[in-house]
Amino acid sequence: MATRIITYRDALREALREEMRRDERVFLMGEDIADPFGSAYKVTLGLSPEFGLERVRQTPISELGFVGAGVGAALTGMRPVVELMYIDFSTLAMDQIVNQAAKIRYMSGGQAKVPLVIRTQGGMGRSSAAHHAQSLEAWFVHVPGLLVAMPSTPYDAKGLLKTAIRLDDPVIFIEHKLLYNTEGPVPEEEYTIPFGVADVKREGTDCTVVATSRTVLMALKAAEILEKEGISVEVVDPRTLFPLDIETIVQSVKKTSRLVVAHEAPERCGFGAEVVAQIAEKAFAYLDAPIQRVCGPSVPAPFARHLENSIIVDEQKIADRVRRLVRGEL
Amino acid sequence: MSDKAQGAPEAPPEDLTRDQLLAMYRRMRLIRAFEDKTKALFEAGEIFGFYHLSQGQEAVPVGTCAALRPDDYITSTHRGHGDVIAKGCDVRYMFAELYGRATGYCKGKGGSMHIADFSQGIIGATGIVGGSLPTAPGIALSIKMRGTDQVVVCFFGDGATAGGGFHEALNLSSLWQVPIIFVCQNNQYALSLPWEQTAYKCDLARRVSTYHIPAECVDGMDVLAVYRAVKKAVDRARAGGGPGFVEAKTYRFLGHYVGDPGLYMPPEEREEWRKRDAIQKLGRQLRQWGILTDEEDEQMGLEIARELEEAVEFARQSPLTDVREALTDVYVHFDYLGNPL
Repeated sequence: MATRIITYRDALREALREEMRRDERVFLMGEDIADPFGSAYKVTLGLSPEFGLERVRQTPISELGFVGAGVGAALTGMRPVVELMYIDFSTLAMDQIVNQAAKIRYMSGGQAKVPLVIRTQGGMGRSSAAHHAQSLEAWFVHVPGLLVAMPSTPYDAKGLLKTAIRLDDPVIFIEHKLLYNTEGPVPEEEYTIPFGVADVKREGTDCTVVATSRTVLMALKAAEILEKEGISVEVVDPRTLFPLDIETIVQSVKKTSRLVVAHEAPERCGFGAEVVAQIAEKAFAYLDAPIQRVCGPSVPAPFARHLENSIIVDEQKIADRVRRLVRGEL
Repeated sequence: MSDKAQGAPEAPPEDLTRDQLLAMYRRMRLIRAFEDKTKALFEAGEIFGFYHLSQGQEAVPVGTCAALRPDDYITSTHRGHGDVIAKGCDVRYMFAELYGRATGYCKGKGGSMHIADFSQGIIGATGIVGGSLPTAPGIALSIKMRGTDQVVVCFFGDGATAGGGFHEALNLSSLWQVPIIFVCQNNQYALSLPWEQTAYKCDLARRVSTYHIPAECVDGMDVLAVYRAVKKAVDRARAGGGPGFVEAKTYRFLGHYVGDPGLYMPPEEREEWRKRDAIQKLGRQLRQWGILTDEEDEQMGLEIARELEEAVEFARQSPLTDVREALTDVYVHFDYLGNPL
């Protein structure tokens, strides 16, 4: 299969373009998404000239309104992809996401379908402070009725977004602001990635690290550091947080007997807590050491670069914890 | 009080047929009787949950839905029995829903506050006050993008007009010029809060007209007035003229829910509004116009009572929804645990 190296941003744009060409019901809606601005992180740049302003629909700053409109359109035959510029802004639209989009299928006894994708992005690393840098994925994973994807690579971003658009369930599709410029191989040919299938990003034998989004890249760097020290790390990326492919994680833990869960979001009741609980239930007997979490501290994101850097989960923090775990120090 | 004293016209209206008028009257009576029955069943402990009744407001959904086609959409509220009956819901499946039966509209998963029938464009009712306001413009947008000539009616109450979603829905609908008709059932109370305490110098039509949405305030105790105002807005929206807004001034005869005595509603006020009962008003008019006799009226009441008895019996005889259903219908493609279906 022929591949090219493209950015995460370009991979997402390809997914949108291909799905909009494939299905006339697919349209985009959100703030500042049309050219020449082309959205805050330029994912939709170049789409409005091809598809027009009806299908690349700019909205006023009205998150409750346009997310709600996405729900209504999805309920009646369209397949909207709504962009929430920052995941922090999802709070403004929470009623429509949690009470309407997520629940109407159940409340209606299975009559309703909500083929809605809410694309958004989160994460620290740009000194954007407490209202533009959160990682709120756990909220959405907690709500029955929502699917949550969190790709870490251009390949996953494209394949998962195409799948998200084709699914008839509401999807919260969470990108990371520091991933847009990252590059990776993406096939020329069309492909999709199913939800609920984790990807072992690196095989190893001494410790499993389950990481999400940008923290996957940090875990891979940590694995390289530790490899030089003779410690073999397996990195598992769930790719979709719900549905969660716990089986792949269980298999990995059976092999390595150690588990570290790493993510940028605050530790308390974070997504990692769910992985930890499920492994404690399903693979406790295979563990040789206590499960570890390497997560953000439960504080708001600070502005100053040195403060922000001090709390971001990076390769050193992951490597330190894995090293101590494997050495039996924890 | 004679009809002439109330100013009722001598001749029947020319814009509605005799059958249409009788159907509207019957539908209002059916709603009233359905809710009377619901209240009695709840008080007898046969059905469970919260019941927000709309007695007194029947003219608003009936007048509105008389202006709609079967393929048009509505969104409703927690006080939505009347809305969904007016749009075409069958009281058998409604009672089955309240009884938690497999034959209920939502298999007993939605209950009183969430009755939906997508086959009739009834896109659900929301338990969140104002919850359908942001959703409905998206339905209208979908209509516009799909290029059909349907419309959507968004029902909501006065209690929803102080929230941000109200503004956002009006603004987007106006900006997009989509075929939506906002119908505010102003029943004078947001739970216990009188309308006068919701906004300074409440004049909804004036407020809404600043969004460049044609807005009208009508007597919600007059089903024909509601019909005409909504019909005008529907015709305009269907022809591509964009959104419309109708405030229907009406009254909730009972408390917020079954069990709330409504102590905050002055007795003399309740009495005044009861005198203006829309069902009695249309009944008097129909008799005056020679469309309905006392005997026919009585016969209709008996038919409705029988229909409801049969509907309740249908619900009672229907199987309870299997408990395994509590775990289904969360996703289209996955079970509730995330396993592919």
